[in-house]
Amino acid sequence: MVLISFISMGGIGAALAGFLAYADKKLKVEEDPMVEAICGILPNTNCGGCGFPGCRMLAEALLKGEAPPNSCVAGGSDTAKKLAAVLGMDHTDHKRTLAVVLCKGGNAEAERRASYRGEVSCTAANLTGGDKSCTYGCLGYGECVEACKFDAMAMDDNGLPVVFHDKCVGCGACARACPRDIIEMHPEDHKLFVYCRSRDKGAHAKKVCKVSCIACGLCVKDCSVSDGIVLKDNLAVVDYALAPQTDESIKRCPTKCIFFGIEERVTKASFFASQPKRTG
Amino acid sequence: MGHKTFDRGVHPSYYKELTASKRVERAPLPKTVTIPLQQHLGAVCEPIVKKGDLVIEGQKIGDVKAFVSAPVHASINGKVKDIELSNHPGGIRVLSVVIEGDGTAKEWSGAEIDLGSIAPEALREAVREAGIVGMGGAGFPTSVKLAPPKGKAIEAVILNGCECEPFLTADHRIMAEEPGKVVWGLKALMRATGASKGFIGIEENKPDAIDALKKAVGATGIEIIVLEAKYPQGAEKMLIQAALGRKVPVGKLPLDVGVVVNNVGTAVAIYEALNYGKPLIERIVTVSGNGVREPKNLKVRVGTSFEEVLGLCGGITGEGEKEVLNGGPMMGIAQSTLSVPVIKGTSGITVIASGKIKPEKYDPCIKCASCVSACPMGLMPYRLGDYGLKQMLANFKDFDGQSCIECGCCSYVCPAKRPLLQWIRMGKFFIRREAQRAAAKANNNKK
Repeated sequence: MVLISFISMGGIGAALAGFLAYADKKLKVEEDPMVEAICGILPNTNCGGCGFPGCRMLAEALLKGEAPPNSCVAGGSDTAKKLAAVLGMDHTDHKRTLAVVLCKGGNAEAERRASYRGEVSCTAANLTGGDKSCTYGCLGYGECVEACKFDAMAMDDNGLPVVFHDKCVGCGACARACPRDIIEMHPEDHKLFVYCRSRDKGAHAKKVCKVSCIACGLCVKDCSVSDGIVLKDNLAVVDYALAPQTDESIKRCPTKCIFFGIEERVTKASFFASQPKRTG
Repeated sequence: MGHKTFDRGVHPSYYKELTASKRVERAPLPKTVTIPLQQHLGAVCEPIVKKGDLVIEGQKIGDVKAFVSAPVHASINGKVKDIELSNHPGGIRVLSVVIEGDGTAKEWSGAEIDLGSIAPEALREAVREAGIVGMGGAGFPTSVKLAPPKGKAIEAVILNGCECEPFLTADHRIMAEEPGKVVWGLKALMRATGASKGFIGIEENKPDAIDALKKAVGATGIEIIVLEAKYPQGAEKMLIQAALGRKVPVGKLPLDVGVVVNNVGTAVAIYEALNYGKPLIERIVTVSGNGVREPKNLKVRVGTSFEEVLGLCGGITGEGEKEVLNGGPMMGIAQSTLSVPVIKGTSGITVIASGKIKPEKYDPCIKCASCVSACPMGLMPYRLGDYGLKQMLANFKDFDGQSCIECGCCSYVCPAKRPLLQWIRMGKFFIRREAQRAAAKANNNKK
């Protein structure tokens, strides 16, 4: 009896194994081994910063020549160099970009006009105009922090998101998540920022937030290059092609919303050291 | 019951008895009005007056060339004090004209004109010039509804007198007090669209309005359809289904089934525009809720602040936290300040005082499908909610999230208190944003 079982089961097993072995050879999907090789270089975090849904899609696009080797923003210049070498292309320099949160109106500075009790998310709060009196500023529910896959953001004690200089890879996920488009991606050498997005008239802007741009025009006058800073829709706008990023002449801003963000650049360690209520 | 109705829906408590039998009172002339330049769906108007200009009641103060738009008019005699961004009951800030009144008012009257003497095109033009928008709340420009695209014939006009939103009785009072104007307005709408049939849909809980309208209709061939009192009976697509048994296909308009739906208040506005030459500068607002000392139906000028209107009703009362809504409790938008103006679409101001409006903590979905059996559009809100929240937009579109009418039945019935409608709105927002970004990108690539 035992023997019959052995023979029948063994026979079925051998037949199926033979079929599988045949199928493996015959039905094999031919794939460019380069895709695997490129995927090995890419970070494989699928952050979407390159504009493709994931790292594999970017790898395929790179092979087809639809994307330049410096497309991977998360990988930085090392990855770009390696990719260029593998693809046999010229290495184009990778400029590091960083996320900049252009609002300083936290709980201490900006007035709240209502208490919000819905879903805890910026998009949800923004649907009916948001609970802050300023309809342009940061809502403070941390959707950007949630979107960051590189552990490069956190909410500070004042209810504002902070970007860690040492961790940010410039993928732009936070900028895409923000319903009010407060976060912008800037090359590392941009230093001068107007930390306000309010297009309200000065009087109203100042009423609802202590650190808003009131469009007084002092920075426009102070800027050593004409048209380096211009007023547009009640907001000072820096023209990065013109405005010198080391110009120290801009210091008369009455609400201190325009300044050189170099000292702003915190690292993860320095952030958690400065936030007594938080632990890493 | 036996009355006509649509599939699914909910039965909230109506609380209409607070104001249902109260005659409409005319509010005294406001000292200043703030008139937003956007009170309709579509393009924002540009101001055509300057700071310091003298304006008279009914004078056009804002207009724009776009097809989907409606001009706005001064609602009092006076001087333009300012043109600035100001609070809007929709929670946004909109460019508004502030007018300081001189205390005088114009009397609007005129004899009833013969409808047969006006061409349909002239009617449509008059409706647009009078700035008439749908007065049920959404504020869709009426002139756009009256101009169907070529090849689409309109067969029937339905006047919407359902008023299914709890607390509100503005339409109810209009039908009970001015049935003649309602019927005349309906006839004008039929002439403008070339429709041969006219219907008025009313919920059964307004017997006095039904009687009054039946008398006014007489032998004109206009049919009054009594409908079951159910929410959202007054939603355009639900009303068409209940009254005529026609279903508007997903992604289509009532036009596609040969129907145009208008609010009864809109019909009265059309009457006054054509016979008196009076643009839409005044509307009936129900001020109700347990947080109002003396609930009333008031005829209020567009631009009057909520604060002033509530003051006329004895002010806000009650213990604890209160919520002031533009509209009723089902679809109304909570206000953060009382310095918002009444606009053309403000059918009511509801103040809820419930002691403590608790932060809603929601529980996991237990897949009870209460929301599915409540959704009048036949959607699956529990799924759409998750897709909206998690930004699974392809799934959201597959499950027809875009056809959600935002009536709020799903959130109302959910035993786990899940904010389903808010999540669905998030989904719609994400889709809108995705489209905007794609368009911006395409634009950049072109350059």
